[in-house]
Amino acid sequence: MNSGSTIKFVAIVLLIGIIAFVASYGINIGKYEVLPVKNQIKLGLDLRGGADVVLEAQGTPEDPITDEKMERAVATIRERIDNLGVTEPVITRQGGKRIRVGLPEIQDTQRALEIIGKTAQLRFMDEAENVVITGNDIKDAKAAYSNDPATKMQIAVVSLELNPEGAKKFAESTRNNVGKIIAILLDDNIISAPSVSEPITDGKCQISGSMTIEEAGDLAMLIRAGALPVELKTLQVTSIGPELGANSFEKSLTAGKIGILLVFLFMIIYYRLPGLIASIALVLYISIVLITLAAIKATLTLPGIAGLILSIGMAVDANVIIFERIKEELNMGKTIRSSIDSGFRRAFLAIFDSNITTLIAAIVLFYLGAGPIKGFAVTLSIGILASMFTAIVVTKQLMKLFEGTNLIKDKKFYGA
Amino acid sequence: MKTYDILKLKKTWFVISGIIIALGLVLSFINGGLNLGIDFTGGTSLQARIGRKFDVQEVKNIMDKYDKEATITYAGNEKDEVIVRTKLEFDDDTRRDLLEKFDSELNVTSKNINFESIGPSIGSELKKQAILALLVANLGILIYISIRFEWRFGLASIFTLLHDVIIMTIFYGAMKIPVNSSFIAAILTIVGYSINATIVIFDRIRENMKTVRRVDPEQVVNNSINQTLARSINTSLTTFITIGTLYILGVPAVKEFALPLIIGLISGTYSSVFLASSVWLFLRNNIKVKSAH
Repeated sequence: MNSGSTIKFVAIVLLIGIIAFVASYGINIGKYEVLPVKNQIKLGLDLRGGADVVLEAQGTPEDPITDEKMERAVATIRERIDNLGVTEPVITRQGGKRIRVGLPEIQDTQRALEIIGKTAQLRFMDEAENVVITGNDIKDAKAAYSNDPATKMQIAVVSLELNPEGAKKFAESTRNNVGKIIAILLDDNIISAPSVSEPITDGKCQISGSMTIEEAGDLAMLIRAGALPVELKTLQVTSIGPELGANSFEKSLTAGKIGILLVFLFMIIYYRLPGLIASIALVLYISIVLITLAAIKATLTLPGIAGLILSIGMAVDANVIIFERIKEELNMGKTIRSSIDSGFRRAFLAIFDSNITTLIAAIVLFYLGAGPIKGFAVTLSIGILASMFTAIVVTKQLMKLFEGTNLIKDKKFYGA
Repeated sequence: MKTYDILKLKKTWFVISGIIIALGLVLSFINGGLNLGIDFTGGTSLQARIGRKFDVQEVKNIMDKYDKEATITYAGNEKDEVIVRTKLEFDDDTRRDLLEKFDSELNVTSKNINFESIGPSIGSELKKQAILALLVANLGILIYISIRFEWRFGLASIFTLLHDVIIMTIFYGAMKIPVNSSFIAAILTIVGYSINATIVIFDRIRENMKTVRRVDPEQVVNNSINQTLARSINTSLTTFITIGTLYILGVPAVKEFALPLIIGLISGTYSSVFLASSVWLFLRNNIKVKSAH
């Protein structure tokens, strides 16, 4: 028995064990704390619930879409969402005229959707359909309770404070329209049509109508954030219930664990000692992939998990190619040591070329695919690279070291 | 080790593939072609976990108001989930109305509902994107193999990929599985997997052609297939194990994706072992390009 090889072999296996343990359960030594990798990987909307909306700006020949308008639209949407209190919203422009809004873990998707896409063009109009003031004339808007003059009941209203210019226009217009109606419109819908009892000169007014205090709050927020500079049409809405999402994650995790265990079992039964070593290398492989995903802050989606589990099946492939080669060499009568050497050498080209071609497909998928498909491509690519490393470097070192220990000299245990 | 004469039956292998494709085409045709999902056509899909045994009619009662043509199917391992698909795109008001109905009549809140609504313009873009992705991926593979091996190997690989893509596509058609964007991921996974398997065999042919001089190429090919046969079977088996567990234990979205992958896996292994090398031999014997030596 060679003690040098034995120590190295045991050290590598231990190291892999420690990496895998820290990745699955995390570690807490004094002030250093590492969370389990499961909690560090960013989960996609399909796994934790939330909403994803794609909006498209509708331009007209007279009012074309410009880059500047799109930037303002993004800023407006951001302000509206910040008011909703959503954590980590993702608001991005896609191409020239699209905006994608991701709202993770949102509970009331419906309300969010109604708020995001509204143009929220506020206008006050007199009976002659002259625009009195618009949303641009408003300095502040708040939800408040007020006494309904007719019923003396408390009702929810939006109280508005106009800027000096708006106050001037409003004072002039109310003076000319005493006894007449000034309608308040939001995106062409009349939300309130009060009649003017006396001129309003202090720049303050209210929007009443049948609404709850929550609706009044949303309306006030829309007015504050301002109108969208372009009309946005909802092209795509995806909303995942948070409980369903969590369920998908847990189930896929379980399926993954069982699948991996079955693969290990197969490898050990069929290839014996090399199978066991490959299983150890695969533990490292899975840890590398998960840690990489967490490190590059990739988002794990449902197809991503599928890609991951699939790549485990394919990672085994590199090992299978090598072991079959070693078996052939052993059957030709070579020693264990030289069989391992030439087995790896001869298997290398096949592994390299086949993995690179698969990688080409994955990269194409990454650049041309959308949304969750991109996530799938990322996990598949990381998987391919990690599997080449673990099979060609780690399995090889472990095999050579174990052979060096001279513990088992029977070729049978190497699959011959 | 026993050597199987795989090339002896080469015509049979192609005939088997041909028959399967023909049967699939007929079935797809009866089903009215590919069942394009809402990712491609636009429309709405809704998945709700009702959390108890229920009757499809209960859901249909709700949906009839919006779309009588909506397809309603059971999902989930305990059949306590429902998936509703319609070609209509719901606006904000209709969606609110619908979700309220689910809450009031089936007692399912939005926490247990997945909702997806896609406009038709996005769908046609996705279609273009998918075809482009497939073309570019194949081109990239062809170029790489032509550089690393030679162009006939490249062409033969593309042939087997095309075979696998056709098999998977008609499987979707024959089984009426909705074709969504996960279809592209499934196809490209199998393209990657199948090329993997083909390259391993071609690598062996390349190696044997170098070392074994003046031997009948047919024999070299047959030996190469046999030498890699254990690898072909074992790799398919381990991949099958992982996809199989996904299929059995996965959620509906994963199941829908795992089944075509299993078919693609079988097709990919079959085409690599039984078809790829024969195509290469055919190209080698019939298309001669004048070379410098």
